[in-house]
Amino acid sequence: MHIPDGFLDARTLAASAVLSAGAVGLALRQCRSGDGADRRLPLLGMTAAFVFAAQMINFPVLGGTSGHLMGAVLAAVLLGPAAAMVSMTCVLILQCLLFGDGGVLALGANVFNMAVLGTLSGYAVCRLSGGLLPGLRGKLAGAGAGAWVSVVVASASCAGQLALSGTAPAGMVLPAMVFVHMLIGLGEAAITVLVLWVIAGARRDLLEDDPERSAAGWRVVAGWGMILALGLALFASPFACGWPDGLESVAQRFGFETRSVGSLLSAPLPEYRFPGLPDGGLAAALAGGAGTLAVFGVMWSMSGWLIRGRRRMSPVVE
Amino acid sequence: MTGRFIDLYSRLDSPVHRLAAGAKAGAAFGVLLAAGLWPGWEVLMTAGIVVLAGVAAGRIPWGFFISRWLGLMLFILPVSLLAFFQPGGWRFFCLFLVRGGVCAGAVLLLANTTPMAEILRVLRRVGMPGMMVDVLALTCRYLFVLADEAGRMRFARQSRTFEGSRRLLWRNGASVIGQLFLRSLERAERVQAARLARGGK
Repeated sequence: MHIPDGFLDARTLAASAVLSAGAVGLALRQCRSGDGADRRLPLLGMTAAFVFAAQMINFPVLGGTSGHLMGAVLAAVLLGPAAAMVSMTCVLILQCLLFGDGGVLALGANVFNMAVLGTLSGYAVCRLSGGLLPGLRGKLAGAGAGAWVSVVVASASCAGQLALSGTAPAGMVLPAMVFVHMLIGLGEAAITVLVLWVIAGARRDLLEDDPERSAAGWRVVAGWGMILALGLALFASPFACGWPDGLESVAQRFGFETRSVGSLLSAPLPEYRFPGLPDGGLAAALAGGAGTLAVFGVMWSMSGWLIRGRRRMSPVVE
Repeated sequence: MTGRFIDLYSRLDSPVHRLAAGAKAGAAFGVLLAAGLWPGWEVLMTAGIVVLAGVAAGRIPWGFFISRWLGLMLFILPVSLLAFFQPGGWRFFCLFLVRGGVCAGAVLLLANTTPMAEILRVLRRVGMPGMMVDVLALTCRYLFVLADEAGRMRFARQSRTFEGSRRLLWRNGASVIGQLFLRSLERAERVQAARLARGGK
C-alpha cells in the first residue's frame, strides 16, 4: 500500500501532507502533555522499532504467498491512539529513507493513509465495538474489527489518492483495492487478535482501560474527528473522480494526445456501484458497516475459541 | 537483517560524501520535485542524469546501486500498470516508470551518501518537531536490536518445532510478536532508567 514517488499530483500531495501534519501534530501535543512526557520518549521509539520488527515476521497465506502485520490498531490498543500515530509515522518515514518503501514526496499521503486514517478509524471502531460486549473476549473482537477497518479504510484512501491524481480511473482502482484489502484485512484482524491474546496471557493489565493512555482532550478529539472526516470525504469517498483537469493536461505538456492512442484494456467497472442499491455513498457506508459487523462476529468466535483453549490448558489464567 | 537496507555505503569517502548534509538533502528534494511533479521530458531526463552523475561522483559501486534500484522498481512496476486502464495507455506507463525510477534513484543516492543521523539533523533544522526527531533517532537505534531479537526468537521457535502446519506457524508468529512487545516494553523502561541515571530528565 506504499505509494511510490511520481504517481500523485501536486494537489493531492499537498492536501494529504497538510492533513497528516495536522493530525500528527495533535498526536505529538497529546504525547507531550501531562506528567512524565519525557518518560514516554523511549517508549515511543521502542514501539516504532517494535512495529518495524513485527512487520518483518511473515505469516503464510495461500500457496507460497505470505502477509505481514501493519500494526496500527495493535499499537493503538496497547499504547493509545496518539502514541500509535507517532510511532507509525516514524515507521513510515524510516521505511522510505532506509528501505525505499514508498516515496519521499508521497510520504504525506502514505502517512495519512496508514498512520492517520488507519489508526484513527481502526481505534474508533475498536473502542465502539469493543465496548458492546464485556470482558477480554469483547476487547479482542473489537480490536480485530478495528484492525480490519484500518486496512480497508487505508486502502480506500490510497485508491482515492491515485484516482484523484488521475493515475487510474476511480471506478476501477477503488473497488479493486478495497476488495483485495477486505481479504488482507482479515489476516490483519486475525494476527492482531492472536498477538493481543498472547499479551493478555502474560500481562493482562496492558489490556485494561488506562485513563492516562486513552484520554485525549476534547480539542484533540475534535481535531482528529475533523481530519478523519475531511480525509474520508476527499480521498475515500466513491465520488472521488479527479481534480478538474487531471492527467490530460499533463499528457498535453508531455506532448502526447490521450485520445488518439486508446487503451489496451478498458475499465471493467466504469461506474462502480454496489448491487441493488442506487446511491453510491449510502451503499458504500452500508456495505462497510455490514462488513465490520461480520468481521466482529468472526473475531468474536475466534477469541472465544482462543480463551476457552487457554482455560482448558491452565484453569488459573482467567 | 542488514540485507534489505539501501544505505550500506552512506559512510564512504568521496567528494559527494563530504558535501554538507543540508545541501545534499536539498538537492535530492529538488530532484524529486522536478522528476515527480514537473511535466516535461527534458526536466525528467536532466534529473535522471544528475542522479547518475551523483552516483558516479559518490563512488557508489554500480552493481550495488543497480541491484537495489531494480529491487525498488519491483514495487513501482505494478503501480505503473495502472496506466493501461486509461486512454493514454503505454505512454503513461513509460512516463510512470521513468518518473518512479528517477525518484527511486534519487532516494538511493541520498541514502548512500548521507548517514541517517545527519538527515535527522537536517530535518530538525527545517522545522520538524524536536520530539518527532528524537523518536526517529531512538527508532533508528533500536530497530536493529529488536529486529535481531525477533529473528533469534523465531529461530529458537523453529528449532523446537517439528510440525509445520499453517495453524502452528500463525500461532508461533503471533507469540513471537507478543513476546517481542513485552520485551520492548521492558527495554524502554531500562532505557529510561539509564537516561535518568545519566542525568536525563
